[in-house]
Amino acid sequence: MNVSGADLQLDSFEDLAMPLFDQLYNFAHWLTRNREEAEDLVQETYAKALKGFGSFRLGSNFRAWMYRILRNTFLTSRTGLKVTMTVPLDAEEDGPELAVEHDTPETLLLERLNHDVLQNAIDDLPVYFREILLLCEVEEMSYQEISEALSLPIGTVMSRLSRARRSLRNRVQPRLQETTGVRGSREQP
Amino acid sequence: MICESWKTKLDVYLDGEMPSEETRALDIHVHSCPSCAADVLGRVQMKRSIQAAGKRFAPTSEFRRRVRMSIAQKPHRSFGLTWTLAAALSLVVVASSLSTYMGIQRTRGEQAYSEIADQHVAALAGSSPVDVVSTDRHTVKPWFQGKIPFAFDLPELQNSDFSLLGGRMTYLGQTPGAHLIYAVRKHEISVFVFQEAALGRRWSDSFTAQKKLSFNVATWSQAGLRYFVIGDASAVDIDSLARLFKAAS
Repeated sequence: MNVSGADLQLDSFEDLAMPLFDQLYNFAHWLTRNREEAEDLVQETYAKALKGFGSFRLGSNFRAWMYRILRNTFLTSRTGLKVTMTVPLDAEEDGPELAVEHDTPETLLLERLNHDVLQNAIDDLPVYFREILLLCEVEEMSYQEISEALSLPIGTVMSRLSRARRSLRNRVQPRLQETTGVRGSREQP
Repeated sequence: MICESWKTKLDVYLDGEMPSEETRALDIHVHSCPSCAADVLGRVQMKRSIQAAGKRFAPTSEFRRRVRMSIAQKPHRSFGLTWTLAAALSLVVVASSLSTYMGIQRTRGEQAYSEIADQHVAALAGSSPVDVVSTDRHTVKPWFQGKIPFAFDLPELQNSDFSLLGGRMTYLGQTPGAHLIYAVRKHEISVFVFQEAALGRRWSDSFTAQKKLSFNVATWSQAGLRYFVIGDASAVDIDSLARLFKAAS
């Protein structure tokens, strides 16, 4: 019956979408850097997702679908458009990643890592690094999920993620060196 | 060189995205290479730190409620409206039930009066309206002993227009009772006595005679017994006999 079918579908959306609320909000706030904008972004994401839930293919990844809607909504927002203008059309095919040198014990650095320093460093990352890093490390998405959420090929996900990590290390390390006195310039910009 | 080739894959390894065969090979290498082991440890700690730092922002409960409301499948009625509707529905149900109950009671009452009238008419229509024929109340009253599960008093009729014709057993709704027949001038009046509790319903007392099915009827409860006085005599006569019974009990 159509009505009960529709009700079932709507029930399913709420059941599926609300458990993602906290993490979607966190992600939105990282993208927008602003509580009000984050709320607008999440609200719009849920509205769009509800509207488009009929086209969602059951069996596919709902979380990745929600993140894709949120990200696309962000990219078309005023803040998002401003951000994308600064996104370089970088070649995703990087050379081999430079190895982390072990002559400077990173373990010691990380042990002293200041929480605020790391948060600030993440915040300073370009949005295309920030988002992929958060999806991988905070949301613990697989490369496939990230690929779906960001609409990127898996190869691009891997290379961009690698560069995001390197960029973060480059930002964190000098700050840590300031506080620890440890010298080291292991990574190339 | 071996280490350099592995180090480029450490993040993929730690992300759990490396093919299983390669993962096993790297496991073995990490266990035997202090340099790579230290590198892995550093990256693991970095991952953990990023994860902790990345969980930074939390939505307000008000915002959560707002979004939940916006995607709720059905508009939630306000608490007040819900209770108003529930109260209105309850009133309708109660009114309907009361009306039905009153209707049933009225119908059952009419049926009972009808039965009383039927018995009155049937008894008078028979060749022997009473089983105990006597004008003496001291004869009639003992006749009921052992036949009905209660005792009652018959009034003294001296100085009245009434005369006792006799009595018989009767039943109302399978409840045994006494049926007494009196005469007043050319009219016969029946007096029925039952156990109130055994009748299984409540009656409205009417100490003054009412017109029921063209008969005048008076009914009341006294000492656990339900009395009916019915006949085609005038309401005054019915009331008079009723008063005599009330005074006797």
